[in-house]
Amino acid sequence: MALTSDGGRQATAALFAIALKGISKAFGPVQANRDINIEVLRGTIHGIIGENGAGKSTLMSILYGFYRADAGQIFINGQQTAITDSQSAIRAGIGMVFQHFKLVQNFTVLENVILGAEEGGLLKTSLSKARKVLTDLAREYELEVNPDALIEDLSVGHQQQVEILKALYRQADILILDEPTGVLTPAEADHLFRILKGLRDQGKTIILITHKLREIMETTDNVSVMRRGTMVGTVKTAETSPEELAELMVGRKVLLEVDKQPRVPGKVVLSVEHLGVRDGDGVERLKGVSFEIRAGEILGIAGVSGNGQSELLEALGGIARATGRISMNGVDLPVTGAAANGQTRRAAGIAHVPEDRQALGLIMDFAAWENVAFGYHHAPEYQKNALLMDNAAIRADTEAKMATFDVRPPIATLAAKNFSGGNQQKIVVAREIERNPDLLLIGQPTRGVDIGAIEYIHKQIVALRDAGKAILLVSVELDEIMSLSDRIAVMFDGRLMGLRDADTTNERELGLLMAGVEGAA
Amino acid sequence: MNKMPVWADVLLVPLISLLISFVISGLVILSIGESPIEAMNYMVTGALGSTYGWGYTLYYATNFMFTGLAVSVAFHASLFNIGCEGQATLGGLGVALVCLFVPWPHWSLALLGAVVAGAAFGAAWAALPAWLQAKRGSHIVITTIMFNFIAAALLNYLLVNVLRPEGNMDPATARFPEATNLPGLHQVFGLIGIPFSASTPANISFLIALACCGLVWVLLWHTRLGYQVRAFGKSEKAAVYAGINPVKITLCAMLISGALAGMMAVNTVQGEANRLLLNSVEGAGFIGIAVALMGRSHPVGVALAAILFGFLYQGGAELALWTKIPRELITVIQALVILFTGAMTDLVRKPLEYLFLMARRGGK
Repeated sequence: MALTSDGGRQATAALFAIALKGISKAFGPVQANRDINIEVLRGTIHGIIGENGAGKSTLMSILYGFYRADAGQIFINGQQTAITDSQSAIRAGIGMVFQHFKLVQNFTVLENVILGAEEGGLLKTSLSKARKVLTDLAREYELEVNPDALIEDLSVGHQQQVEILKALYRQADILILDEPTGVLTPAEADHLFRILKGLRDQGKTIILITHKLREIMETTDNVSVMRRGTMVGTVKTAETSPEELAELMVGRKVLLEVDKQPRVPGKVVLSVEHLGVRDGDGVERLKGVSFEIRAGEILGIAGVSGNGQSELLEALGGIARATGRISMNGVDLPVTGAAANGQTRRAAGIAHVPEDRQALGLIMDFAAWENVAFGYHHAPEYQKNALLMDNAAIRADTEAKMATFDVRPPIATLAAKNFSGGNQQKIVVAREIERNPDLLLIGQPTRGVDIGAIEYIHKQIVALRDAGKAILLVSVELDEIMSLSDRIAVMFDGRLMGLRDADTTNERELGLLMAGVEGAA
Repeated sequence: MNKMPVWADVLLVPLISLLISFVISGLVILSIGESPIEAMNYMVTGALGSTYGWGYTLYYATNFMFTGLAVSVAFHASLFNIGCEGQATLGGLGVALVCLFVPWPHWSLALLGAVVAGAAFGAAWAALPAWLQAKRGSHIVITTIMFNFIAAALLNYLLVNVLRPEGNMDPATARFPEATNLPGLHQVFGLIGIPFSASTPANISFLIALACCGLVWVLLWHTRLGYQVRAFGKSEKAAVYAGINPVKITLCAMLISGALAGMMAVNTVQGEANRLLLNSVEGAGFIGIAVALMGRSHPVGVALAAILFGFLYQGGAELALWTKIPRELITVIQALVILFTGAMTDLVRKPLEYLFLMARRGGK
């Protein structure tokens, strides 16, 4: 498994920036990491890939001192090192960039960089030292961030660069990035990878945790695959393929491309005219959007998150008050007032898989069966009589849905929070699709969902389309939009930038539209 | 993934918290030169050593069950109803009015009427804060506290100026007619052959409180309304996604909460005093918050916690009667119990979770 036979050279331990030997960690009955061995060559970008719940984050948390391993040793640059907390990880030269940034929004870049690494009682010395270091780093690695800008004024991509600068300022030699591209545009992601390659060429070691095979293939030198708490293998990226990695991750062959027949569009199911939404501060978030979706068709909405997609889904789902017109099967639906709510939308044949399943789609403290009734708690088959709900019937229905959608573990009484992200999503998707809606609104269907579940959810969406239903798909994953949609619209700044046929458009054109470039060819 | 078994969480944690509060109470008693063992002895024998003691314990427990349930129902909707004191005060007015001005032929009908009136008046007193919260976003904690003062002032005015019989000196209504007097708990227990002291205020309302525990359980876990209340309480955003109307659920939860608080008056006003006095609630509305916290907003927990606080009330009274320990110290003991079982349970829970984790690891 170790990469020692490189050019016949005898590898010494010091060749490895990080070597983990026999790391195990259990949370109660759950074995999150089991006898993990991994060696990361110095001066490389090392990918760690695995499904949700495979134990990647646990392993990195052990490396960064958030958890202590039950067994095993950590070697940093050949030296056995005890990492008891994040301070000792930083001392050992490890820097971490989290998926959710840990920045103080109303501090400047400079203030954030020195936060926790101040020297002396007065800030002035630290600030001027940091300013100098930042200027040097900016020159060296394309990390151009204005040191005096407030974090809240920076784009997500720049905020991430501040996180990297924070780690470098603390003299990190080994940089761990946890799912870094989830919030970036394709251009921002490319920029990030250029920075990472620059850092590597300067001798830094990068560990990249991701579930996106394409990023692994494009960026890393070596890649380790985790499955169910164990390390299933480490390979050179140049000698592997996405198919092989996917198979290693899941443990079986996986279909990466969505298999779908040409569409047979029917009558117009949903027609939207001049739909507008203002947020609580009166800011216009959705600006007069018009489109229609036919039966048997998937309309994909691409775009960087925060450009009005959420408001579009919320207006259609009866959550946000809107202006304009929504017509479903030829009947106008209320867009404002008490009648515009989730119940009337469901009655009109609209099912909604929300973008944020944990905040909207599920009650995390509720059991799976209570969540299956969520939104459909008025359904006649869930009632025992006029007064009481039929909890037993809901539980039985949940068990049936769990079997159909292969939810694991298939325990109807388990709280939603105790399922993995992919299985939580399967519960939501099962609940909405099994209602056989005329229109399915589905937002970020595979965000934080593992590859095996992604394949399954995509199949379900296509099957619903083939059954003659209309589907509105909102996703920030361009690959997902391109492989599933029949037609693609791009949202930018609350507007629809263009409607393209999926067969005739390409990533470059959509990328330009996502960046707000009008009339992209 | 549960860090420790459920039984440890719902039984061990409150019991250990209780033990800690008793130990500290003991130290406080020791520090004023009294014997904690003796004090404990007076409390236990005074509250639980005779059916007389039990009668008082259950009488207080009845009040706390109603207010504890009231706070719990609001808690499930993520609403903090601090206004049970005022709602119970108004409930008392409703009970007094139907007992005084309706010629009841039999106590059972009077009881029914009083329950309905107490609930209706309590609910009505919760309605305005609920509406202000649901429609205008005025915080329910602030409005319900203010309504406690308004209720006290209103009752004061009515008792002094309107309901006080001619020539009577104290601010109270006339005695209720004989036909409205409720059977004592000794009569109820007598039916099934259990001898019980006849000289306690405990009455049939205790059974109504127990029935309410059952009804609240059914409401929360077996009806659509309860489902919606719990969903709304866990996440308002998600509730809106599911098409649950926040205004309606806020109103419903608070009306039910106020009704439960108002029904407490059946026990105190109709069951014990037989007339409406000033301050007949005596802080039970606030004790209800501690009862709900300790009982984890579950009817079974509320019933048990209510009996515990009933014990503290009655035991505390006995302590003041038989020892030199001042009455105020009883409040200190009660406060310690509230502090440890309600507000600071994590003090016990966290180490206990750690112990269970260690034990599990060691056992492997």
